[in-house]
Amino acid sequence: MIRFERVTKRYPGSMTALADLTVAIEKGELIVLTGHSGAGKSTLLKLIPAMERPTSGSIVVSGQDIARIKRRAVPYLRRKLGLIFQDQKLLFDRPVIDNVMLPLHITGYPSKDAPRRARAALDKVGLLDREKAMPITLSGGEQQRLAIARAIVNRPAILIADEPTAHLDLDYAKDIAELFRSFNQVGVTVIIATHDDAVFGPLASRVLHLAHGRLAAP
Amino acid sequence: MKVWLVQHRRALAQAVRRLVAAPVNTLFGVLVVGITLALPAGGEMLLASVLAFGRHVAATPQISIFLAADASAQDAAEIGQRLQQQQGIAEFRFVSRDDTLKRFRETPGLADVLNELPGNPFPDAYIVTTRDEDPGQLEALRDTAAAWPKVEHAQLDSAWAKRLDALLRLGRLAVMLLAGLLGVAIVAVTFNTIRLQILTQRAEIEVSRLLGATDGYIRRPFYYFGTLQGLFGGTVAWLIVAGAVEVLRQPFSQVGTLYGTNLTLQPLPLEQSLILIGFAGLLGWLGARLSVSRHLRSAEGG
Repeated sequence: MIRFERVTKRYPGSMTALADLTVAIEKGELIVLTGHSGAGKSTLLKLIPAMERPTSGSIVVSGQDIARIKRRAVPYLRRKLGLIFQDQKLLFDRPVIDNVMLPLHITGYPSKDAPRRARAALDKVGLLDREKAMPITLSGGEQQRLAIARAIVNRPAILIADEPTAHLDLDYAKDIAELFRSFNQVGVTVIIATHDDAVFGPLASRVLHLAHGRLAAP
Repeated sequence: MKVWLVQHRRALAQAVRRLVAAPVNTLFGVLVVGITLALPAGGEMLLASVLAFGRHVAATPQISIFLAADASAQDAAEIGQRLQQQQGIAEFRFVSRDDTLKRFRETPGLADVLNELPGNPFPDAYIVTTRDEDPGQLEALRDTAAAWPKVEHAQLDSAWAKRLDALLRLGRLAVMLLAGLLGVAIVAVTFNTIRLQILTQRAEIEVSRLLGATDGYIRRPFYYFGTLQGLFGGTVAWLIVAGAVEVLRQPFSQVGTLYGTNLTLQPLPLEQSLILIGFAGLLGWLGARLSVSRHLRSAEGG
């Protein structure tokens, strides 16, 4: 489903984030990506939706080479992915439901069906009763779940989350982890980057440990 | 196709929401466009009205032949005979000094002045209409008539109208130049408005990008915003011109009466009204387009 072939990513200023990385992720896996800060986790995740381009090597997502993907094709690649960002990137100027409907609007989903679909996504993450709330009034855990609802509303085949439990208490973190597992159980390929694998480790079909931009033994 | 329609309707709705969300900004933006365009549009309206009048006068070439004050009825009849023999004349009519005096006495204000005068200050006159509009022939005829005995003065009436026409053409060129310059100003104003819009929508643009929004999806609401602001501004310009026509109509036709003609202020015809509003919308769209292609890349980040 996702294949990295000898991928190197070097940022200007000669810091090498990924060094000659080769890894394949199969459909239906739940991959937990661990490693210290700066080990290359975020970079690896950003390469998949073409938020970053590799310096060399090839990346194939669902049969499409995205190392050399055209700018115009990037939006259609991203629509196939569910992205959960480290800083969540919620829009605080509109209520919860509108945040979840944004991806539907972007893909041109019919207006009259969009709210129902958005509510279904909110229901899955347990936020159905907060649809009219403004995101700023949500707790940290609720905000994270809102970000997840927005990522899954288009029913992507691949879910990518960068530190989804970074600022959460252990109990909240476990809830979130459980959510990801439930998506994985219905066939979604899930990739989660986290610096503590205590929560996610037990759920993973595979743990990939990154150190200095390379795969390493945990 | 259906998705495309949905996307456009949504972009339009979003543009309207943004316009409504900041009513004061919207009002001033629209006013700037409206007032800016009202200047050349109003100038065009004035020019068209005066041009129509000038053309009307210029199209009927007339020569006025004023007889000397001491010309007798016999002299006047002689000149009438000369005119009869003259070639190239369509018609001529005699206006006696008494008729002229009577006509002016009917004009309020002038009657008193005329009563104060010892005699009739007006000369007998012939109004001659030629078959030909060729200025050379007209002038030749005027010169001929001026040389006749007991002719005080022969005047080519259409000459001033022709000069007016030329002047108005110049005026129209000036209006065009003004419209061009102010059009650039409107593009610049829209450019700046959209730049600020992009800055305030930065978060939404960035998130939309990451969620798979195409260039079109991001840009469309801004295009609609600029176009709508232009269209509303054009409508305001039209209203300003229409209001000016209402206010100026009366004084304007009074000026016409003083010149003995029917000078009426014409409101912008439908076609030109549509051109005005459409042009305003186009300028808004252009400003938005330039601004979006200039500022969006930098607002997108990744």
